Amino acid sequence: MINIPVEHYLIVAAALFCIGLAIAITKQHLIGILLGIELMLNAVNINLIAFSRHDPEKIGGQLFALFVIVVAAAEITVALAIILRVYGHFRTVEPDKVSELKK
Amino acid sequence: MELAAFYGFSGLAIVSALFILFSRNLIYAAFALFLTFLGVAALYVLAGADFLAVAQIMVYVGGILVLLIFGIMLTQKAERDVISSTPNQVIISVKRQFWGFLTGISLFCFLTYIIATANFTMTGETNISRSTLKTIGVELMTSHLLPFEIAAILLLVALVGAAYLALNRNPLSHD
Repeated sequence: MINIPVEHYLIVAAALFCIGLAIAITKQHLIGILLGIELMLNAVNINLIAFSRHDPEKIGGQLFALFVIVVAAAEITVALAIILRVYGHFRTVEPDKVSELKK
Repeated sequence: MELAAFYGFSGLAIVSALFILFSRNLIYAAFALFLTFLGVAALYVLAGADFLAVAQIMVYVGGILVLLIFGIMLTQKAERDVISSTPNQVIISVKRQFWGFLTGISLFCFLTYIIATANFTMTGETNISRSTLKTIGVELMTSHLLPFEIAAILLLVALVGAAYLALNRNPLSHD
């Protein structure tokens, strides 16, 4: 097994994280923001797993990544339910238009 | 061989992530997210995390992506004046695009600088040829039992909360 240096994993994860951040800022759609957040969580998991390669006895990084996946699943269900609720109430999915509290 | 697979899959993940960023159509973005998740799962396999790769495909592709696509379809605009050739369009303002690209690129440069100057020295054995399944199972049931139970409670609470929030949603009664 050729050892891929850990820095390569970190660079890929950093690129994915930054793209996810840019998506979450750029998209003017609540579900588009969720796509960006999912991408960021995945990028963090790549970091955890890349470091967990060097700890094969007690793979703490992989266990942490497993819990991150669980939290991401719980987050996405609740967020989608809230988005459907917001859509039913305001008839829009653009986050800038849901600004009743600012008026 | 493995290095080529690593670069191929990471390239797949990054290119489809960039496609999400530049795509104006949300359904296409969701399908590109599918490719990204597959690329990330392949990276997990290359890092020796076989169970995590299967969990990634099952949870993200089988659950989260389907939920997202359902969400996109359920929040569709019902007006008839939408141009039918360009559905699911996302309006993107130039100001947001500028700030998004600026933040993303500057954070990437910052992280790359940190990673390049960090000079990690790894001690531990890196050669994982056996499956990690047994280790994960034993660790979950012994030293990580409390987070495991908390995750179970969290999933139950999320299930009940999501079902309650999405209940009785009748958008037609609001107009």
